[in-house]
Amino acid sequence: MTNFEELSTEDKPTWCPGCGNWGILNALKNALVQLNLPKQNVLIVSGIGCSGHLPEWINTYAFNSLHGRTLPIASAAKLVNHELSVIAVGGDGDGYGIGMGHFIHAMRRNIDITYIVHDNQIYGLTTGQASPTSEKGFKTKSTPHGSIEIPVNPIALAIASDATFVARGFAGDLPHLTKLIIEGIKHKGFALIDVLQPCVSFNTLNTFDYFQKRVYKLENEKKYDNTNKIEAFKKALEWGDKIPIGIFFKSERKTYEEELPQISKTPMVKHKIDNIDISYLMEEFV
Amino acid sequence: MKKYGLTWKIGGEAGYGIATTGMIFAKTFSRGGLFVFDMNESPSLIRGGHNTHTVRVEDEPIFSHIKSVNILVALNKETVDKHKNEIALDGSIIYDGESFTIDRSEVRNDIKLFSVPLKRLATESGGERIMQNNVALGASMALIDYDIEYLNSVIRDVFGGKKGKEVADLNIKAAKSGYDYVKEKFLNAKKIKIEPIKNSPKRMYITGNEAIALGALKAGCKFYSAYPMTPASSILHYLASKEYDYDIIVKQTEDEIAAVLMAIGASFAGVRAMTGTSGGGFSLMAEAIGLAGMTETPLVIILAQRPGPATGLPTHTEQSDLRFAMHTSNGEFPRVVVAPGDIEECFYETFNAFNIAEKYQLPVIIISDKYLSESHRSVDLFDLSKMKIDRGKLISDEKLKQMKEFKRYESTVDGVSWRSIPSQENGLFKAATNEHDEYSKISEDAANRTIQVDKRFRKFKVLESEIDGAKIYGDNDADVTLIGWGSTKGPILEAMKFFQKEKIKIKFLQVLYILPFPKEKVKDVLENSNKTILIENNKTAQLGGVIKEFTGKDVDYKILKYDGRQFAPEDIYTKVKEVLEFDKL
Repeated sequence: MTNFEELSTEDKPTWCPGCGNWGILNALKNALVQLNLPKQNVLIVSGIGCSGHLPEWINTYAFNSLHGRTLPIASAAKLVNHELSVIAVGGDGDGYGIGMGHFIHAMRRNIDITYIVHDNQIYGLTTGQASPTSEKGFKTKSTPHGSIEIPVNPIALAIASDATFVARGFAGDLPHLTKLIIEGIKHKGFALIDVLQPCVSFNTLNTFDYFQKRVYKLENEKKYDNTNKIEAFKKALEWGDKIPIGIFFKSERKTYEEELPQISKTPMVKHKIDNIDISYLMEEFV
Repeated sequence: MKKYGLTWKIGGEAGYGIATTGMIFAKTFSRGGLFVFDMNESPSLIRGGHNTHTVRVEDEPIFSHIKSVNILVALNKETVDKHKNEIALDGSIIYDGESFTIDRSEVRNDIKLFSVPLKRLATESGGERIMQNNVALGASMALIDYDIEYLNSVIRDVFGGKKGKEVADLNIKAAKSGYDYVKEKFLNAKKIKIEPIKNSPKRMYITGNEAIALGALKAGCKFYSAYPMTPASSILHYLASKEYDYDIIVKQTEDEIAAVLMAIGASFAGVRAMTGTSGGGFSLMAEAIGLAGMTETPLVIILAQRPGPATGLPTHTEQSDLRFAMHTSNGEFPRVVVAPGDIEECFYETFNAFNIAEKYQLPVIIISDKYLSESHRSVDLFDLSKMKIDRGKLISDEKLKQMKEFKRYESTVDGVSWRSIPSQENGLFKAATNEHDEYSKISEDAANRTIQVDKRFRKFKVLESEIDGAKIYGDNDADVTLIGWGSTKGPILEAMKFFQKEKIKIKFLQVLYILPFPKEKVKDVLENSNKTILIENNKTAQLGGVIKEFTGKDVDYKILKYDGRQFAPEDIYTKVKEVLEFDKL
């Protein structure tokens, strides 16, 4: 049985006290414990930013990649060994800024990975610049006169890109976030979990308090049907006094790896390579 | 000594099957036991623009094209205008006199004009006008007096497969009509006689890129990710076509950044992986190549060069990314740069690259160029008997169990540490883009930093002692030494034939590995040569600079070319001659 302690490392996180990242790390550990996933079968791929450090404090296989480059590494690892549980973690700058191209294409591909985005609407590690999800008018070191751009809407973008699992969590609600991560990992296909993750050092606007007052759970909305794309899209556009969290959209589509007959019997990593016969191929060139 | 030899060139508008026709011609002779080399030149357009395919045929081994053309098949007037000066003494032009006319005064007197109604014969034999290419092939066979059955067999394979026997028969009929027309109409024309060589071994008619792809398949490459870019795309195409037969995942990505990262991710997860691109895409890969270096993830990268900077001349050839390959990415880390010079080296060095990448856990860059990647040559079947997969310190589950603790980045004597892959119990580690300690934990400690940098470079020292990175061809006691790398090998070896005929002693030093650089061997050659002449297809003599850096020696002369075209052997001969004459003064 996988337990919480064996997933924990000797070193303690270096995140700021009170940072939303603590909640995400604990929710992820809880999810792995509840799913009873052997730690050697879990691969966590991260990018750069405060979120990028997450794998340092959880005992699994990990690849701490470049800024914005989590998804290509995670996707390929899953393709060559689909028996792994692959979880990608990144920040809003990482995934919706520099890595935006990979994000869209990963959703299109529907490789069975779970993508957790630590969305704090600010660049924290570089000490406070505007991020792709910073609100219009938001004043930061790089936007002293207020951000002119409007923010990216990752949930709407994901629904439009036909992601098969689109959810939003809140780092201040651990049980709820744990549940979302469990659902995301269990989901067959690409799962986005955008997490509202207050940055206590550099984002004085989108604080825990700010979100506590605003968030409400979609699962409590009796009439909400998260398999209805149009309804999901409407909910995705909701932001302001009320901010929905939970699963916005879910659909079923074959995963990319299911479409590959090469690995239908055996994961690619288990294919023998010692004595591959290419004599037939050489004959084709004669 | 050669008895037979000719160069045949077909030219016309892009999009009219020039390359296919050229390939059929070349294979026709390759199957007859002759040696062939071909190259195509085309603009970066799908339709329109001028396209040529040049095939050289001889009865002894050949390594490149030569300039002078014996038979020019001109599908349009532009071909005549552009290439009439390349025609050898007593050469011929085959053209369709019903489509355009050639005034006798336009071409030299010795050139023979064969007007063959290509389009009419194509339609009369029941085909489309596009089959005029086959009529021209038939006409060429008649002029060469070569057994047309070889041509038919190739046509059957090219058109017979998917399209069925009917299409093949139509094409064969069209070819025969051209053949018969020339035989009847130009009964007394002097033929260039080429005879098949009986009982010669089977040879492949294959490009550098195809050889690279075969080398990768043989090496057990299970993941190839790439973004389309000339002249690397045919590796993607070939491997994709074998995806199911050879159980390999071939992924076209959203960009080259994803391509290289996917290959890194696949390799990290335990399979042999490769990516391929040209200079522009390679620029995008720069940061991730450093990631492979830092995380010590094995990686093979094909860099098929074309003239830059930026988009440059997309469909032409140049050797201007050597320094770039040596220094791509920020920071310092060991990497291998290998520059195959011919088809065989494309195959064997790609295979080796996978062994080196895994044995030393670093990126290996195979640097080619358009000329090598896309030109065909007839080569013997590759010798597979001695090829052995070596996965280096990829750790087994048993060994992991025996270990008290697993240190992924252990600072060993040879600098290489045991590597586990996800799913192995007791092998947990975190590949980290940050500097890390032996346990793979991120560390900014100064002493640890030095230990890890030294560890990574120690691998390179060991690797250096294992690789013989230079080859020498020709006379040991030569008066003149030519030095080059990559695809110029072919034209250089051909140019040497001219000197050997004149009894001038000449040798060629081919630098095969740029990193690790074969400094002892190169230094030795430079110290013991009367005259050294560097030949490079670039402006700044990049190899010359590298030689100076590693040996402290200068080359005596440089012959450089950077017009986007490969050296012709005749040009090298003339330039070297000039140097020799100049030296006498």
